Amino acid sequence: MTTSAAPAADAEALLDVCKRIRRHIVEMTHAAQSGHPGGSLSATEIFAALYFGGVARHDPADPQWERRDRVILSKGHATPVVYATLAEAGYFSTDLIPTFRSLGTELQGHVVRNKPPGVEMSGGALGMGLSFAVGVALGHQLSGFAEDEGQIFVVVGDGELNEGQNWEAIMSASHFGLHRITAILDRNHFQNDGAGDEIMRIDPVGDKWAAFGWGVQHVDGHDVAAVRDALLTARARADAPQVVICKTVKGRGVSFMAENPAGWHGKGPSDDQLAQALDEIEAGLS
Amino acid sequence: MTTARAAAFPQPPPAATREAYGPALVKLAEAGHDIVALDADLSASTGGNKLAGSFPDRWFTVGAAEANMISIAAGLASTGKTVYAASFAVFMPGHCFDQIRVHIAQQRMNVKLIASHGGISVGEDGASAQAIEDLALMTSLPGMNVVVPCDSVEADAMICRAAEDVEPWYIRLGRPKLPVVYTEGRHFELGAADQLRDGNDVTLIACGLMVEPTIRAADVLAQEGIGARVLNMATIKPLDEQAVIQAAHETGAIVCAEEHNVIGGLGSAVARTLARHCPAPMEQVGIEDRFGQSGPWTALLQEYGLTAESVVAAAKRAIARK
Repeated sequence: MTTSAAPAADAEALLDVCKRIRRHIVEMTHAAQSGHPGGSLSATEIFAALYFGGVARHDPADPQWERRDRVILSKGHATPVVYATLAEAGYFSTDLIPTFRSLGTELQGHVVRNKPPGVEMSGGALGMGLSFAVGVALGHQLSGFAEDEGQIFVVVGDGELNEGQNWEAIMSASHFGLHRITAILDRNHFQNDGAGDEIMRIDPVGDKWAAFGWGVQHVDGHDVAAVRDALLTARARADAPQVVICKTVKGRGVSFMAENPAGWHGKGPSDDQLAQALDEIEAGLS
Repeated sequence: MTTARAAAFPQPPPAATREAYGPALVKLAEAGHDIVALDADLSASTGGNKLAGSFPDRWFTVGAAEANMISIAAGLASTGKTVYAASFAVFMPGHCFDQIRVHIAQQRMNVKLIASHGGISVGEDGASAQAIEDLALMTSLPGMNVVVPCDSVEADAMICRAAEDVEPWYIRLGRPKLPVVYTEGRHFELGAADQLRDGNDVTLIACGLMVEPTIRAADVLAQEGIGARVLNMATIKPLDEQAVIQAAHETGAIVCAEEHNVIGGLGSAVARTLARHCPAPMEQVGIEDRFGQSGPWTALLQEYGLTAESVVAAAKRAIARK
């Protein structure tokens, strides 16, 4: 039956899932010798909480279940964390992971809707995810879903917030009273060209969101239990759209990436770097 | 039957193609289509707000935010709705090309883009308000159906036909009131040229507001003993290539007439077909790669050569090159 969330993993199992996701991320970008490991590693706990923490109601055996929650990656280049999570959740075989970015693969460089099943929206052009979520929420409202059905979680990057369309969407979500939407900000402070504060300052980002009528929570984005709890709180709120601002580190879990986040926005590790990364992930260093 | 006007029938009053939109939406909703319509602060001009009267929960305005509107339309379509999104052709696709590209075309969403106020016939507002490049942008997107009605009857038929499939459409409407060409109704078929006149000396292929002057041009040519075939090419994409090939073989000369830049619209699509299948002399009547300006719309059509006289002259040039 496709009626509710997969059973939530316990705290230890969640940490284990995070390790497996991180392993896939570095292996995938190593195999492709391209892709975006930094912004995937920073969002690992977010995706683990969504899919394994009992937050998103979904069914890998029935990806088109009409009343499912939708998880939307707005920062559409962070595909490694999405594919790693969907494979671990059972949407497709982990055998596909090495095909990432190769010709003919389901695992496209940037997200493509329904490719593989479980990917809800095409992206890669930044700033479109929250608007799409507004449309989904209006659709669910028109379809007469119950209050807690068809929630929408949108993972947004902080560099992405430079795009004006986000603010159009944030304005309209509260205007239309779309409480089903929860934005999750991967606040890792780095974007393609470097430090976000130098390129285009977005702070005080929480105050801005609140001024637009959203509920705002701040959380340590690498404390998977804390992320899960914040998302469950947001999910239960039926008064206004919600944002959970996750303080994260770009490249988290792999020392040489975390120490040079701008250098690891969009490239894959070498053989030696992969070995080091896998050792560090296994040891749980950060 | 798709019969063009006959002089014996009483002529209905002129109407703008955009005037068909609101009533068509209401008709679709009343017929039980699961439609949602979006506007971006221009709903009185597009007519989209007419849906709000009888079906208030089926219509939303997002304010002056076209990019947001397009991605919202895609999200709505992903929940199974048939979505109509309306604005002016300069803003949609002008303000939201990438949203249309990624969220509508690449995702192949069931969204019908209603682009009103296309072309220079917008009139007095001038260049920034006059879309002369929208057909080029939209036809370049894989999977996008691109249509331009010549009158309000055809516009209604297109808007209703679009609800019958789940593909993305771009429907370009206009502001000025035009004479009705299809006085006896229009059964619109996507991707099919409609032959309004037969002739063997030249084929005149037109779309939108150039169809009616092109019929008049054929009448003038007939008085001079030149037989002009007239095709209403209301679908720019997918183009009716067979009709073009047949016209080239049977008449040996082609003229295209459109209210668009001569680069990237109907003429370009026809030229591509001719070059690949049946090279023949071809002339274009259109906007010669320059922007619009302020002025009454009829004066603008004169200034930019979008007239029956231009079509007559182009036909003679094409025939001379045979």
